[in-house]
Amino acid sequence: MQINPHLGISQLNVHIGDQQILKNININFPNKAITAIIGPSGCGKTTLLKTMNRLIENSRGVNITGKVLINGQNIYDDYEDLTSLRKKMGLLAQRPTPLPMSIYANVVFGLKLHGIKDEKILQEKAEKYLRIASLWDEVHDRMRDPASKLSIGQQQRLCLARGLAIEPEIILCDEPTSALDPISSKKIEESFNELKQEYTIILVTHILRQARRLADYVVFMYLGEIIEFGPAKEIFENPKEQLTKEYIGGLIS
Amino acid sequence: MMKHKYFKKLEEQFFFGLMQLATVTILFGLLFILFTILWKGIPNLSWEMISQKPQGGFYMGGGGGILNAICGSLLLGLGSTILGLLLSIPIVIWLNIYAGQYSRNAVMVRTALDMLWGIPSIVFGAFGFIIMLALGIKASLLAGIVTLTLLILPIMVRGMDEVIKTIPKELHESTLSLGATRWEMATRVILRKALPGIVTATLLGFGRAIGDAAAVMFTAGFTDNIPQKLTDPVASLPLSIFFQLGSPFEIVRGRAYAAALVLTIIILVISFLSRLITAKYQKHSR
Ligand SMILES: Nc1ncnc2c1ncn2[C@@H]1O[C@H](COP(=O)(O)OP(=O)(O)O)[C@@H](O)[C@H]1O
Ligand SMILES: [Mg+2]
Repeated sequence: MQINPHLGISQLNVHIGDQQILKNININFPNKAITAIIGPSGCGKTTLLKTMNRLIENSRGVNITGKVLINGQNIYDDYEDLTSLRKKMGLLAQRPTPLPMSIYANVVFGLKLHGIKDEKILQEKAEKYLRIASLWDEVHDRMRDPASKLSIGQQQRLCLARGLAIEPEIILCDEPTSALDPISSKKIEESFNELKQEYTIILVTHILRQARRLADYVVFMYLGEIIEFGPAKEIFENPKEQLTKEYIGGLIS
Repeated sequence: MMKHKYFKKLEEQFFFGLMQLATVTILFGLLFILFTILWKGIPNLSWEMISQKPQGGFYMGGGGGILNAICGSLLLGLGSTILGLLLSIPIVIWLNIYAGQYSRNAVMVRTALDMLWGIPSIVFGAFGFIIMLALGIKASLLAGIVTLTLLILPIMVRGMDEVIKTIPKELHESTLSLGATRWEMATRVILRKALPGIVTATLLGFGRAIGDAAAVMFTAGFTDNIPQKLTDPVASLPLSIFFQLGSPFEIVRGRAYAAALVLTIIILVISFLSRLITAKYQKHSR
């Protein structure tokens, strides 16, 4: 599809215990676009996402074969250092996860981990990414307040800003709006629409309408396999696979 | 049908009544204890009591006070709590972050700690005593601190552990995703998040350590002096209370309540101070 994908997966199989969770996954995610991963719950979407930044290894009894390539390098053997791998990817979790510290400290947490100490740079970046996550106006005068005081929707935007601040190339999102009210969800979605100019976004979602609104490409997964992958328009309007048709049509869920 | 409903209501009323009874019993017990200590303790409490060591014949009604036991208990309580913290924090980090919550080793350690938790303190005391005999060590502040630390370690570790376990996995994952190592995650995020629970567990441990008589009876000894070094024997408030209560003299038995009052106040003050400090610290974090 393209010459140099940021993120590609080849022949990936994941077993947890004696259960096979992901079956022979092959895909190259399009650069600087939103790819939505859809499929019924339990089909392996979260697991797939976690193989991309190696969080999956923290589960017990995991066995991974195959490759996940970032800029051509297999993250399972070329990257010694998880920190530098994870610097390339931001993760937005299902529920907001404010760190137990101030709003400001949350945004610059990753930057500090990566060795940036200059207070002026930290402040500039904090402002920049809070603006991108459209949270700046709401928090600029109370940056030293604990992040836990924000509303759930604000917290999720804070987490987005925090992830963006480490300046990744790829953003991984696992149902990032499922805990949010409609207005906050809309704000997050609007951010994604802007962010796709510069980032490769992988968005796991179980909300089909969200995928329709946002996705440039869609991956449909079922029982640990990729059933179909293609431009969003094709998947939604003219799916090739029977299973995809049934899922889009609401026959399976 | 009607009958069923009727019984349901009766059942509900019965258990509600039981709950109220339990609450009242606990409150009444607590108030009764506090009242007794205050009632009998305050008349016997004097500046001499808390500022002087026992003089000759103190246990037969002579002059002096319980400064030896106050200092001793503070040293034993704080010493074992600090040592307990130094040990329990690495253990809970290991249990929750390095071992993985459900690894076999972690399950084993948790089970072992739960069993230790249930062992009466006299057994810890006797165990410490046997070890001391074998090594030829005399009853001392150090031996008392070590024994008390063993006694409160399960309380502290499991208390903190239960709190850290409730921290959502997503917080771990988000922190790691920002590029934190497991160590950075543990120290900068997880411990901070669990701080109130850590303080509570520490206070539970401290209360148990400073209030326990059986564990220090053989291991710390008893003396009318204030220890100058770790190898000196040391007095403690619970034992001081115990000895005074056993006295045939009315006035000495009365002083036992004053000593109990001092012990209660120490625990309350330390508990209050640590909560205050935590709250202040947390205002800026959480
Ligand atoms: N740590 C784990 N241990 C055992 N099974 C797991 C674990 N994580 C996920 N699974 C299983 O893997 C399958 C896919 O899970 P997941 O990736 O969370 O699905 P989705 O995100 O699409 O709902 C499910 O059947 C789930 O039970
Ligand atoms: Mg999921």
